[in-house]
Amino acid sequence: MSNTAMTDNAVLVMNDIRMKFGSNYALKGVSVAVRRGEVFGLLGQNGSGKSTLIKVLAGFHQPEEGSEVVLWGEKMALPLDPMLIKKRGVAFVHQHLGLVPSLTVAENMRVTSLGQKNPWFVSWRKEAERLSALFAEFNLDIDPLATVASLPPVERAFVAIIRAFEDLRASDAGYGGEGILVLDEPTPFLPGEDVKRLFDLVRSIVKTGASVIIVTHDIDEVRDITDRVAVLRDGQLVEVLDTKTSSRQAILDTIVGSRIDAFAKQRMVAGAAPVTIRADNLTDGKTPPFSLSLQEGEILGVTGLIGSGFASVPYTLYGARRGAGTLTVADRKIDLATMTPLMAQRMGVALLPGDRLGAAGIGSLAVTDNITLPILDELSHLAGLDRGAMVKEAGRLSTMHDVRPHNPALALGSLSGGNQQKVLLAKWLRIQPKLLLLDEPTQGVDFGARQQIFKALDGAARAGTSILCASTDNEQLEQICDRILVFSRGRPVVELKGDEISRKAITEACFYSTDAEAAE
Amino acid sequence: MTTIDMPIQKPVSALKSRFTLKTEAERFALVAAWLFLIILFGILMPDSFLSWRNFSTMFGSQAVLVVLTLGIIIPLTSGDFDLSGASILTMSSMVIGVFNAQMGWPILPVLLMSLAVGALIGAINAFFVLYFRIHSLIVTLGVGTFVNGVILWMSGSQTISGVSMDLVSWVIMGRLWGIPLAFYYALILAAVIWYAFEFTIPGRKLLFVGRGREVSRLNGIPVERVRATSFILSGLISAFAGILYSGMTGSADPLSGLNLLLPAFAAAFLGATTIAPGRFNAFGAVISVYFLVTGITGLTMMGAHAYVQNLFYGGALVIAVSLSQLVRNRQPQDFS
Repeated sequence: MSNTAMTDNAVLVMNDIRMKFGSNYALKGVSVAVRRGEVFGLLGQNGSGKSTLIKVLAGFHQPEEGSEVVLWGEKMALPLDPMLIKKRGVAFVHQHLGLVPSLTVAENMRVTSLGQKNPWFVSWRKEAERLSALFAEFNLDIDPLATVASLPPVERAFVAIIRAFEDLRASDAGYGGEGILVLDEPTPFLPGEDVKRLFDLVRSIVKTGASVIIVTHDIDEVRDITDRVAVLRDGQLVEVLDTKTSSRQAILDTIVGSRIDAFAKQRMVAGAAPVTIRADNLTDGKTPPFSLSLQEGEILGVTGLIGSGFASVPYTLYGARRGAGTLTVADRKIDLATMTPLMAQRMGVALLPGDRLGAAGIGSLAVTDNITLPILDELSHLAGLDRGAMVKEAGRLSTMHDVRPHNPALALGSLSGGNQQKVLLAKWLRIQPKLLLLDEPTQGVDFGARQQIFKALDGAARAGTSILCASTDNEQLEQICDRILVFSRGRPVVELKGDEISRKAITEACFYSTDAEAAE
Repeated sequence: MTTIDMPIQKPVSALKSRFTLKTEAERFALVAAWLFLIILFGILMPDSFLSWRNFSTMFGSQAVLVVLTLGIIIPLTSGDFDLSGASILTMSSMVIGVFNAQMGWPILPVLLMSLAVGALIGAINAFFVLYFRIHSLIVTLGVGTFVNGVILWMSGSQTISGVSMDLVSWVIMGRLWGIPLAFYYALILAAVIWYAFEFTIPGRKLLFVGRGREVSRLNGIPVERVRATSFILSGLISAFAGILYSGMTGSADPLSGLNLLLPAFAAAFLGATTIAPGRFNAFGAVISVYFLVTGITGLTMMGAHAYVQNLFYGGALVIAVSLSQLVRNRQPQDFS
């Protein structure tokens, strides 16, 4: 492999980037070049180095001597200066968005803006008007004076993306109508419809002469939006592919390095098993009550457009969010108005929230600590907790679910997203719940890990666990669900089962249901 | 069907052993620093400093600080600050002063009473923090100051002497291998807390609550109950420290106990850099207290002025927290 990337017509050249964490190289001499006005994809499994490469470009990580970052022909001096890079016209939306939840949208937008005329006085009223107009440009209705915490995740992502876009306009390159917008996995938060809107926005940005770098796991998205895609594996650049001329399978094979097949499920037939889970008159207080039920070992997907009410179902059933109605699990009936997570667990109900390190597990504690939390009773003897048994059990579960690196003493937060999710899932599968509630179980998880998680879920379902999965990831729903309920205005309106289930059918149902509502 | 190729796992053992050495060094760095201090002062003052008498005094007299530190690491572990610890300590010794020394009540019921007062103040802290959802720093600072006022009012701002000699003998006159019994009480308490943190389910829950409230809640841990319990336990243990304090001096002083607040926090944070780095831990706290005290005693014996205490404790607090931040790779602290 050549160490010098192609440099003709390039706005950004990264040459021989080497980056070391401890004794491991995260990047082993990666060279890429991004051309003016193209959408450039960075693709790879978790831990392949794509996020690290972006963080080098942002000046968060300092690469080793000899690494070169060249912007518009100007070589950036090491150590890289994040402010200078930004000023030159590179704007970032990182995976965690970088918003302060307790501040308003306007304050968050203002924090980093380069183009402010008077730093000593900010007219918040004018600022809010300006932002409303800006949001309206993108057909968004976000109140600039609302706190970020009060927005749904999807709108937070929009705020972050538009903030970066604004920075771009205000930068040196922006005056010439150029700039590089870097999106580090922007789509895991977004439902299909919003991904489309985002991509439309990306395309209109590109038309002005700017370039876009997009980091993602999703091959379909790469094929949809990018012109070229660089595939990374184990800290090395494997290949730069022309997206238009490469097949899905070819890209996939390049990512994984060996052939990998998608998990395919044998769907369960209605009436094949007794109905063991029942939720009656379920409501989160705002929506009309509805009922749903699951057979033993059935995987039920709930989906819909953002705001259609499906997302709160797992949380309401678990007692994590106040709701009303009753939940019956294997003949035990409980009033959801008084439900708590502890009671839910005692009934054999488990919840795996979507926010991995904010709600599901503790990043600063070891895998062992996290994975053994629900089974501490089993791991104690008369003299207290058996630390040896805890380590052993964590090791066993890590092996079973192929958690990498295989070292349960590592902090959960130091693992990649996919491996964190394997740990958190292993934790709940270990107690063999009667009902497992999932919220976006593979958000930000790479392809390989995703198939492993699907397989583990299927195995659990076969062993008798009923699973309810809230998700907007239609590919995921198609792959794992026996039945899908599509929500609109807070209640299920369409049911898909068996052969009716396909990505396309789910998308159509989402829109059909809103159209039908609108027609009413 | 599903065929997923697994690249062979790289062995981590070679990596692990090298890191183990580093972690072990980190764990015992403070112990080494303590020994270094002892050797240094021992060389400078072989007769006075290295005497058993000096050490037994140090071990005995600072047991109060050890117990107070052990009290506050419980809410620190569950993510709350208890700044009222020293006030509870002083209150507890003042209860003994007023009811035992002044009013002549028998000592045992008075001791129970002072423990109950400590637990009650802890419960008040918990109520305001949890019911009104106020940051623990604010509540415990306010409650602590309020308690200080009550102490001055109860005592008429006077030191009350004449506490039962039984208590004095249980705490300081009684000795084992020349060291006052108070030291062993502190050690036993440290062992109990160490065991509870490491080997019990409530200890695990405390740790999880401290690291992530939402995670704990969704894992079925009764977060509010855990936090309330940690405040009450901290009050109870601080009150126990107050009992040792009045036994140590045979009196109840309305002010001097309050000076123990900062040293206790310094020791708690310094303790979190040793033995089990990154976590507040019982024996780390014990070692930190004696490390700090050794430094101060040595400097004082060499003729340093009284202000070295403040220099040492204040400096140690900031340095300790800085060190523990280095252990955590300078991740921002979240004390919510």
